[in-house]
Amino acid sequence: MKDIIQIKNISFNYPDQERLFTNFSMNIHEGEWTAIIGQNGSGKSTLARLIDGLIVLKSGQIVVDGLTVNDENIFDIRNKIGMVFQNPEDQFVGATVEDDVAFGLENRQIPREKMQQIVENSLKQVGMWDFRDRIPANLSGGQKQRVAIAGIIALSPKIIILDEATSMLDPRGRQEILKLVDKIKHDNDLTVISITHDIDEAAGADQVIVVNKGKVVEADQPDKIFGDINKLTSIGLSAPFTSELLSALRKRGVDSPSQYLNDQRLITWIKQLISSK
Amino acid sequence: MSNFLFGRYLPGSSWVHQMSPQSKLMLSFYFVVVIFFANNIWTYAALSGLILLVVLMSGVSIGYFLKGIRPLIWLIVFTVLLQILFSSGGHVYWHFGPFSISDTSLINGGFMFIRCLLIIMISTVLTLTTTPLAIADGVQTVLRPLKKVHFPVDTLALMLSIALRFVPTLMDEMETILNAQRSRGVDFGSGSLRHRISAAVPLLVPLFTGAINHAENLSTAMEARGFTDSEHRSKYRVYRWQRKDTISWAVFLLIGILVLFIRKS
Repeated sequence: MKDIIQIKNISFNYPDQERLFTNFSMNIHEGEWTAIIGQNGSGKSTLARLIDGLIVLKSGQIVVDGLTVNDENIFDIRNKIGMVFQNPEDQFVGATVEDDVAFGLENRQIPREKMQQIVENSLKQVGMWDFRDRIPANLSGGQKQRVAIAGIIALSPKIIILDEATSMLDPRGRQEILKLVDKIKHDNDLTVISITHDIDEAAGADQVIVVNKGKVVEADQPDKIFGDINKLTSIGLSAPFTSELLSALRKRGVDSPSQYLNDQRLITWIKQLISSK
Repeated sequence: MSNFLFGRYLPGSSWVHQMSPQSKLMLSFYFVVVIFFANNIWTYAALSGLILLVVLMSGVSIGYFLKGIRPLIWLIVFTVLLQILFSSGGHVYWHFGPFSISDTSLINGGFMFIRCLLIIMISTVLTLTTTPLAIADGVQTVLRPLKKVHFPVDTLALMLSIALRFVPTLMDEMETILNAQRSRGVDFGSGSLRHRISAAVPLLVPLFTGAINHAENLSTAMEARGFTDSEHRSKYRVYRWQRKDTISWAVFLLIGILVLFIRKS
């Protein structure tokens, strides 16, 4: 599998702060959904900003789809990456839904006729076309994030980075956004990187990278990572509910699988357990 | 609360609603200039007739205009009183020290009243039929010639539209902070002026911190979406000059010329 993003030996710290990354390396596979999890202050969001060239790297190299992140390539790289940020309020630039989706297109000087077509198409894909005249004050957080996603689709990037994009939404809004991104990923063959606190969001990924104190602790499939509760809690992360349940059962002497099960598989397993007794 | 500032705009599809914002802005300005040429009953009658036509064409009920005048009533009364008491000439009915009331001063006062009314009416038509966003765009179009002298017209317009967009956000935040402080026992409504000003400080500090945070996050998001500068951008929202604009201008220009002819020279 091709690595669409290669991070090679980077070191970084904010001015007057402790070193965040020292000789940090990591790769993101093309076409996969990669979740990056870690505690607050582990450098997850900084990583996203470094990849998009929003903050300047001190040493090391980041390559995005064959292009090195530097001043020269920065705009080509931002054309390849769409970012959804945490606070829905702070990424809504336009005065109305339509205007906001058009913002990125205006920046790239797309002619107006083409712009109207793209805006309509993108808003329809996220189900917000009927809300095109609304001002942000009259939208929910989830709706604003949908608009942000429409703004990204409009620019047809290759990579979507969700920088804790669902953390300010209610559980239902969170599910809807994740489902939407998943659909868009499949329709357009995209690579998704989701930086998240939400273990359930990470559990749905193809690949999970656990970052702690500026180092990759583990990079593997979610099944393997979330099976080991002790490891997760030792770096200050909570385990998914299903793993907690299985571990509690194990303590009570029930012979339960040590790998991660999602809700569906857990239900099947419990049913089998009951019917076998 | 979040409808503040957007609340004045009344959606509609009347003749005036459909005119382009830049031409409405310029027309209002032109009309105010013409008002200052009016100096007798006929000129004021012509302009009042014109404004009535505009109100009719805007499809907005007269009640909204009266609401627009209400907050300014004391200013108008004050201006009219000054006009009556201090203008001289004509047959004097009453005088006391520097004050006097004569037939000329009464007529001048009446004209001043109509003048204020006309100015308020035309600006109310503008704000009732044009969204703040459209007005911002209109300002941008009107100011475009200033680009020749390197005035940052596009940047100004973008700033204006972002500022408008964040008004409801900051209003909501202020409401939250206000409630948070109230629940801690801060009293904003009563006490001496000094007390009230000092009560506003714990309100303004978090509001400003919040605004700066918004600005920082927004600028990151703008950069991530490919923003470089406000010059090299295409425009999604375009307000084209229409036939309605041309016709309206023709009517306004004719009335303007008429006023120049019938005014007292």
